[in-house]
Amino acid sequence: MDRGVKQAALARACDISASYLNLIEHNRRPIGGALLVRIAQALGVDPGLFSGTAEVQLAAAMDAAAASHEGTGPERERAEELAGRFPGWARLIAAQQREIRRLEQVVERLDDRLTHDPFLSASMHSVLSSVTSIRSASAILAQGDDIEPEWEARFHRNIFEDSQRLAAATETLVEYLDSDSRASDGNLPQDELDAWLAARSWHVAELEASEGAAIDDVLAEAALLKSAAAKRIARGALERYAQDAAVVPIGPLQEALAAGASPMEMAGRFAVGLPVVFRRLAALPPEALESAPSFGLVACDGSGTLTFRKPLPGFGLPRYGAACPIWPLFQALQRPMTPISQPLIFAGRDENSFNAWAIADLSYPAGYDGPAVLEAWMLFQPTMETDSAARRVGTSCRICPETDCVARREPSVFLGTSGL
Amino acid sequence: MTDKRVLLIEDEPNIIEAIRFILSRDGWRVDTHSDGKTALDAIRTREPDLVILDVMLPNKSGYDILNELRETQDVGNTPVLMLTARGQKKDRELAERLGASRFMTKPFSNGEILSTVRELVG
Repeated sequence: MDRGVKQAALARACDISASYLNLIEHNRRPIGGALLVRIAQALGVDPGLFSGTAEVQLAAAMDAAAASHEGTGPERERAEELAGRFPGWARLIAAQQREIRRLEQVVERLDDRLTHDPFLSASMHSVLSSVTSIRSASAILAQGDDIEPEWEARFHRNIFEDSQRLAAATETLVEYLDSDSRASDGNLPQDELDAWLAARSWHVAELEASEGAAIDDVLAEAALLKSAAAKRIARGALERYAQDAAVVPIGPLQEALAAGASPMEMAGRFAVGLPVVFRRLAALPPEALESAPSFGLVACDGSGTLTFRKPLPGFGLPRYGAACPIWPLFQALQRPMTPISQPLIFAGRDENSFNAWAIADLSYPAGYDGPAVLEAWMLFQPTMETDSAARRVGTSCRICPETDCVARREPSVFLGTSGL
Repeated sequence: MTDKRVLLIEDEPNIIEAIRFILSRDGWRVDTHSDGKTALDAIRTREPDLVILDVMLPNKSGYDILNELRETQDVGNTPVLMLTARGQKKDRELAERLGASRFMTKPFSNGEILSTVRELVG
């Protein structure tokens, strides 16, 4: 004790006996965790000074493990003793606590995806429905010896149909989860950007004012953008956002929307291309829309790969794999610079109606000899009206229940092999 | 035999067929309905002794139907057995909060559904 603190006073301050403190001081008793922190505070020094940061972290992790399982009655006050006497076991407990937390986060993420990811949700529902049906029908056949032949044949047919459906849905799930596991940390850079934009309703208020915040400042605050790749594509998206906001300010855009102007009329009014109007409408926050429904937006490059996704309830967008081939988005790719307006019905359980507008931009960033670069955009908005000319579309063939689609490329998990 | 009536609101035809078969052989009269939007009308019209209600239905969720049913006169107290493909705690809590009499997760067994129906409409 060379800081002028008497042993007895320090022991009192730390709520331990002077003799116990004496044993600690002479390394005859281990020290760690909360007691170590208390002693450090009483002495006015950094706990890491006489224990090492790793030991403090170990004690803190053990304490967190104990706190998360209070019901099992851990002797929290003896955590430091355990850490001192059995450092290997203490490290194991701490490591397991970290692993449990990591797995909890994975479960939370998967649960969130199960709720919001149309692919996963539809596939899981299809699998469980098929299993339920097979289980019921097979139990009926196995247990009943007095089933009429007609019913027997019917349940045999049902089991066959459901097993086909189950196989297709399982295959979809495996492919999906496989592609997910290949993605680093469970998230692709585009997913990180999507998650960040979704968390702020695709609206970046900091960039709306004429003297908007620096993009670096916005990125510095974006905790959801973890990887360097995600930050890089976010920077590109934010630069475009700022440029769009400068030529189509939010106030005049709201006025045009309230006046019932179409996207084409807005493009004329602001003297900008349709993609700019699409992006600005999709970036309107809910409070700026008043009673109007929100706009969804999706973009793709010349290969058809989706590069921007703002889904809407009832209009799911695939995370992986190809989208519905008859979206006006892809039609626009075939006819660059030609605006398309097309009412849609989203095939599925709810049969929601949407108005959609699409256009593809063509540019030659590398000059005369460089390749043409295509980028297509599709804006969509729910409507209560059902147009007789509406086109029936879905998210992706795999989870689309549409039976008569001329562009189907693979069976649906809802239709079994008969869906092709 | 019983003269009790069950209304099964479910959109998977093969599940409908299996449940109808199991309950019919146990003496129950089983009506079926597959569309969420008109499900409440079907309950009002048929006034069943028990509703078996799937959560994922076309046009309207089973939760919304249950919520509206509990605010409906005459049939508002009808026992409801909810069926769902999601059996997480929060789904179960939501069903209980909305007034579900029982909550069953797919895949369930024939015995489970039969004993639950008997229990709810004894």
